[in-house]
Formats: sequence, structure tokens, C-alpha cells
Amino acid sequence: MSQALQPGSKPVIGKGFRFQWEPAQNCHVLLYPEGMVKLNQSAGEILKRCDGERDVTAIVADLEATFSASGLYDDVVAFLEMARPQHWVSWS
Amino acid sequence: MTTAMSPATAGDLTAMAPSGLNPPLWLLAELTYRCPLHCVFCYNPVDFAAHTAELDTAEWRRVLQEGRAMGAVQCGFSGGEPLLRADLEDMVAEAAQLGYYTNLITSGVGLTAERAARLRAAGLDHIQLSFQDSTREINDFLTNTRTYGLKHEVARIIKDNGWPMVMNVVIHRLNIEHIGRIIEMAHELGAEYIELANTQYYSWAFVNRDQLLPTRQQLIDAEAETNRWRDKLGDRMRIFFVAPDYHEGRPKKCMNGWGNVFLTVTPDGTALPCHTARMLPGLSFPNVRDMNLRDIWFDSEGFNHYRGTGWMKEPCSSCPDKEKDLGGCRCQAYLLANDPDVADPVCPKSPHHDRVMAAVDQAESRAAGAGCGQAAPFAGSGVQPLVFRGPKESLQLAAAGAKLKTTDH
Repeated sequence: MSQALQPGSKPVIGKGFRFQWEPAQNCHVLLYPEGMVKLNQSAGEILKRCDGERDVTAIVADLEATFSASGLYDDVVAFLEMARPQHWVSWS
Repeated sequence: MTTAMSPATAGDLTAMAPSGLNPPLWLLAELTYRCPLHCVFCYNPVDFAAHTAELDTAEWRRVLQEGRAMGAVQCGFSGGEPLLRADLEDMVAEAAQLGYYTNLITSGVGLTAERAARLRAAGLDHIQLSFQDSTREINDFLTNTRTYGLKHEVARIIKDNGWPMVMNVVIHRLNIEHIGRIIEMAHELGAEYIELANTQYYSWAFVNRDQLLPTRQQLIDAEAETNRWRDKLGDRMRIFFVAPDYHEGRPKKCMNGWGNVFLTVTPDGTALPCHTARMLPGLSFPNVRDMNLRDIWFDSEGFNHYRGTGWMKEPCSSCPDKEKDLGGCRCQAYLLANDPDVADPVCPKSPHHDRVMAAVDQAESRAAGAGCGQAAPFAGSGVQPLVFRGPKESLQLAAAGAKLKTTDH
């Protein structure tokens, strides 16, 4: 089972979910059995980086570099902590 | 980066395209009406045996392509029993390659380990397995087959392939008192979701309504038991309890809005806003052999007729809830009030609501009279026997005019 999120945790899209860009919706979506979650830009950008290879520190660094921003760590963690109970992401 | 991290949900489709109609979220491909089971609550039309011409593989491929091109993301393969189509794997492969999330909605009959491996290789994302009951006796009785053991085997195959599994159990008078055991069984089999679908009374379920409608107390107990299991299982398994609209007196926003989310294509290529809409009189629905899916969705008379609220009469047209429930279900209005343009009779504001109440009261008095309870689900009580879905019965019902005796109030 998942543990509390650590800087070294490597989140990955949840089993049974598919994450993709939908041109017709003009947003990223998560598809799952019989439904769809439309994601806003920030959620999409975070999940795009949840490949099971990068840890949270690397995801935050990449986001901050891509969007010329800083101090995103808390936002990213808050999102991932919200997403896990929905089974959108998991980490070990 | 914005600070708002909360994503929109699937229900929030109005946010998609503020200036007009959205594409369908779902393409439901009913590949065949053929089925090895004979369920007494089947939602296929009662005259299904009169519609035998099935789209071929190339036609289905084109339908899948047209649906995806217009923005549909969920593709459901259902039936009948879709596994009876030998080309199912080809169609799943096409849908997966197009970028749909692919769902197989099956009784499980025909899903061998070999076939499952081929479907997985084709890219199938998910399987919804129907179950009838937690007991062999009632499962096999309700389907008029011996499938109970087989379904346990199929559930294991699904899990062995790593698919998420939704179990769907149609709930009614004959199995509602087993609901706790049904939930427990789904959990033991490894389901991620279970949908406890209180019977919707259309098609074969409407023929058998008086046998299937539960009592008020049965529903109260079932919902309480469901909530106990929700507390017990937490987020390990999601439990959906589909509200029984006859008893709750609240019309449902049928299909999440007519021509709003779902586009169903029947085995013979007829395109419908819901799988039972073909019964409605005075409407014509296009066939995918004659018309592109985009034109069907946006421009056809059948899909536009009950969109929005412009078609409504009183009491719907001045009702404060009209946007919320969109007047309920058109098929139910037709079945119960003989007019698809009126308020769904499950609504207490409907002038035909007494017909729903009469059916509910009938369930109470039968239970009381027969001392029925859980002791004797098969005993019947001298009324019409259950009609099992089958080609012979279908042709008889079609010949009888299809709208059925239970509407004679």
C-alpha cells in the first residue's frame, strides 16, 4: 500500500486510468472505467510528469523550470495527496 | 501554473463548449442482440428478434472512427453478448488504437483465458461483468442458465489480466435481500467498483415488473446494508447504488440528458440517444449506414427532438427542477402515460403519478399477501409468471404489439 508522500516518492498514474490529451476538450483528461475527469492545466501538467520514474523533487523542479515559477512544492504535494484517494495516482 | 488545483468532473460537461452542443462522451456499440442468457430484466427491446441484420466489421470500424473524430472518448462494447461476435478483438483493437478508453460490458459467457489474452493484446482497458445474485440458485434461475460457476471463473480471468473490474448487479425483489452478500462477494472477487443497479422498468423488466418491484422496506434495508459496507470497505471498493425512481418519486435526468452524453448504435446500425429510445412513437432515428455520426449527433431530428427543455409541457415547463431532471425519462412517460411528451410519471407532480403508486402498492400487498419475504422468491403468487428473454418470446411480444399488457390501467 501507498505511504505518505515523500520528496523521493515516485508517483505514477493509477492502475486502470489512462491519461491523455483530448483535442475535442482542449485539456488533459483521465479516463477510467466508464468515466472521464477533465483536468485543468496545472493538474494536467503535474500528471504528465507522473511517470513512475521521476520523484516529487524532480517533478517540482521540472514544473518550476517549465513555467518559470518557484515555490510549487506545496501545491504539487497538495494535488497529489488529493489525487491519491481518487486512485488517479499511486506511489510505493 | 494556476493555483486552482481542483479539476472539473465528468459531470461538468457544460463547461466544455459554452457556445453550443458538445460531442458525445460515450459511444455505446451494441454489437449484437444475440445472447446466451435469458434474463428477465434485460434492457434489449422486447422485439429484438425482429432486428437481426448486424453491422459488419468494416461498418463498425467506420462508426468507431467517426465517433472518435467527433470527440467521443469512452467506447463501450455491449449487446446482447458482445463476445458472440468473433470479430470483437478486431473492433477493440481499432478502438484502442483510435484512443478510446475501451470497455467490454459482458455476461462473461465465452470469455476464456485465450480470448482474454487476445483482448488484452488488442488493448482492452476494462471489463464490466454482470452478475445476477450471490447465490447459485437465484443467479441461474434469473438467467435461465447455469452460469454462476462460470462467472466466478471469469472474474478470476479478469483479475489475472490486471484489468480493473466493475461488477454490475441488477437489483430487484428476488435478490435485494442478498445485497450484503453480493457486495461481499464482489469484494472477494477483487472488483474495484460495484454498481447495484435497481431495476429500471423498461423492455423485459417492464414485462416482468410486478414480479421484480421490491417493497419499500426491502429498499430501506438494502440501502442501510449498502451503507454499512461502504463504511467497512472505505476506498477499497466503490459502491454505486442506483436510485429506484418508482419509490423515490424523483425523476432521473435520464441518460444525463437526451443527446447529451451517450450515443448508442444498435446491432443493425440505428443510432439512438439511449438503448430503449427506439420504442418511442413518432420519432425517426437515423442509421449509421446512411448518415455520418457527426450529422446524426448534431443535426438529426431524433437526437434533437428532446434535447434541452423546449419540448416540455406543463407541469414540466414551469417546474423549478426542469433543468435538473429534464422531465425525467421519455420512455417511461410513453410506457406509463402513453405519451412521450409528458412528465415522467414517477414525478409526484405528474397527473399520471397514480400509475406508479399503484405499481408500488401492488408490490406491498403482494408481499403481505404471499408472506413472501426472503423465504420463497420462486413461489410466485398466482400472477403472471416471469417471462424469460428469448427469441421465441420476443417474436410473440413483437406480434402482440410490443407495448405490453402491464400498461392496461
